[in-house]
Amino acid sequence: MFGYAGSILQVDLSHETVSREPLPDVLVKDFIGGRGFVAKMLYDEIPRGIGPYDPQNMLIVATGPLTGHFLPASGKTHFGTKSPATGGYADSNMGGHFGPHLKYAGYDVLVITGKAQRPSYLFIDDDNVEIRPAVEYWGQGAIRAEKNFKDHLGEDYQVVTIGPAGENRVRYACISHDFGRQAGRTGVGAVMGSKNLKAIAVRGSQSIPVADLKAAYAKGKEAYQKVMAKPGFDGWTPEGTAGITNWTNEVGVFPTRNFQTSHAAHYKNINGKAVLERLKITDKGCFGCPTPCGKYGHVRTSSGSAYVEGPEYETIALFGGNCVLKTIEEVAYANYVCDELGIDTISAGVVLGWAIECYQKGILSRDEIGREIDFSDLDSIVYLLDKIAGREGIGDLLAEGVKIAAEKTGNGSERFAIQVKGLEWSGYECRNAPSMMLAYLTADVGAHHNRAWVLGHDIAGAWTNVHDLIASETEIEPQPKAVVSERSAEYVIASQHKRSLFDALGNCRLQMMELGFEEEHYAELYSLITGVTKTWADLLTVSERIWHLTRAFSIREIDGFGRHFDLPPARLTEEPIADGPNQGHVIPAADIHDLLSWYYTARGWNENGIPTKETLLNNGLPEVVADFEARGLL
Amino acid sequence: MELKANHKNCSGCSTCRLACAIENFAEVNVSKSLLRIEARFPAPGDYRIHLCDQCGVCADNCPEDAIQLQQGAYIVDPETCTGCMICVEVCPYDVMFAHKNSDIPVKCNLCGECARVCPRNAIGWDTDPESEVA
Repeated sequence: MFGYAGSILQVDLSHETVSREPLPDVLVKDFIGGRGFVAKMLYDEIPRGIGPYDPQNMLIVATGPLTGHFLPASGKTHFGTKSPATGGYADSNMGGHFGPHLKYAGYDVLVITGKAQRPSYLFIDDDNVEIRPAVEYWGQGAIRAEKNFKDHLGEDYQVVTIGPAGENRVRYACISHDFGRQAGRTGVGAVMGSKNLKAIAVRGSQSIPVADLKAAYAKGKEAYQKVMAKPGFDGWTPEGTAGITNWTNEVGVFPTRNFQTSHAAHYKNINGKAVLERLKITDKGCFGCPTPCGKYGHVRTSSGSAYVEGPEYETIALFGGNCVLKTIEEVAYANYVCDELGIDTISAGVVLGWAIECYQKGILSRDEIGREIDFSDLDSIVYLLDKIAGREGIGDLLAEGVKIAAEKTGNGSERFAIQVKGLEWSGYECRNAPSMMLAYLTADVGAHHNRAWVLGHDIAGAWTNVHDLIASETEIEPQPKAVVSERSAEYVIASQHKRSLFDALGNCRLQMMELGFEEEHYAELYSLITGVTKTWADLLTVSERIWHLTRAFSIREIDGFGRHFDLPPARLTEEPIADGPNQGHVIPAADIHDLLSWYYTARGWNENGIPTKETLLNNGLPEVVADFEARGLL
Repeated sequence: MELKANHKNCSGCSTCRLACAIENFAEVNVSKSLLRIEARFPAPGDYRIHLCDQCGVCADNCPEDAIQLQQGAYIVDPETCTGCMICVEVCPYDVMFAHKNSDIPVKCNLCGECARVCPRNAIGWDTDPESEVA
């Protein structure tokens, strides 16, 4: 089997057993890798109805056929599980170097089940796999622990860790790697913590077989040259994702004050230029990446000083916007605190925005919180993050995520708990962006922009790579009201399929998305590496299968799952945007329901968002039909 | 000519290391690389590229005279080398490697593939004025 390492490593922490199995041909053929493997293995192997912290829940670490090979940005690793945030399907991916080294060690996929009796870490050095004690690392910050593991094991080990938030099962705890990269979303770190697993360290010394190495290497080199010839290579790379901050403010899609407003007057104090001029020490790239979006730097604030990677755009949006921190230094310090505690900055920024609004409205009291808290106050933010990671006091409520916290708190706070399915909303305001709104509502993991990003369609009317979209200075002026139409479903589905294919291949999408590097190159590289000739269109059929299967997983696992789970909080349908270029705009609930209906129809799902029998069969999922029929779900 | 590093351009992507392994061993396997990237995190928060500058310390210390200068690069003769790995111990830059499953040490032969593929001009030749000492 070319392109793949050829094996799955199964680790049962309860029984302290380790076994190696061949990677099944049918899994490769029907699901490619990465997110596809996660979707299929979760559906087939998790017993229905178990809780996310049940030892039977799986933590799957999956690479794809392009991971670790010679082409631009082949460093992606996917972590999948049943989500503590949503109770449904979850995966979250990271860059860095872990996935390539897992393959060099001989494994495409690592499946972790059970629960260790005491804090442990998994040690992998090619065929030597051991579950080792990690008691002395337990309680350490994610970055500190990574440094300590590398000091102990050696520089050539790649390490993923959790911080205290993962140990304490904060529902949006992340898995951290490479001193600033995270599988941030959906609470994968909490599942790792529930298994008493502090870290995984891997070193590999084996070769990944390639069908036509000479041709694949030549094509890989050509791919680098073509990426480097794109205008965005010099135009987008220097600031990375933070470079979009000006644009999102100028077109009024920057969430501020817990989505009460959508423009930050201070945006030029927290933009990509500020990161470069005031923080950056070095560009920091993932494996094989010619366009490093990571900016590693050092920050000093009145709350403390730290080395930190970032902030990248999402952290800027959620801490600089949603929590209104007014300098890049304050945003970077909050970023550092989250990274060390092992907390997702996106979810944290939404949860804290909600908590501060609750305090201002008198829904949460000073006694409950333990002090005064406010927007634009870094001390408030750091105080709450520490409480959350330790689940102390108010932190125990906030660690549940904004949906559960609002349900417990009541008093109308559900209206402004900005989430879908239980996952907090990432950094784009959508009340005048119907396509992006639909992307958030239908994302299988909850309100996350990485499943589809179609703001370009909403703002520019067509797909445009991000560099071209943001390259020119934009005047801040009132935006026309967007037209809600069936086209949104088409845009969203196309983007969902494109992105899930990158995630299945195990490759970063940013060279395509940000610079416009053409998708067909990836199909050509896939064909040369695996020896299985496919076009991009051929490969996209797997994406469609993945989307039906992840939907099916959540339908099976969550009682009553359907359209109701695809709706936004009341604020986003009932409160027009209060300021900025989109002031006065909102997409009413009736239009939201139209968007969902168009999407369901285009997907071949019924009016409640359940895939029809015909759709499942047409996409090669007869086992789901049988399962659904047995459970009375069809 | 020798290879020189421009450390401040390095972003740690390891493209050079993978290219080195493919060019010299026909393997997709960075552990076969003949150069090192040291990631210095959290502090001071940067990368250092460790290249062979063909200083010859390995050859000077080889008890079998198995390492000879050929067209600007010190090359290990597999017929003469006994695999004592003294050269690995004495290399001042830790770029003489004892690869797993290899009986003899391996080192940079100055093929220059790392410099050709680096997307950020972090590795160049000593004629390049931007390059620093390895």
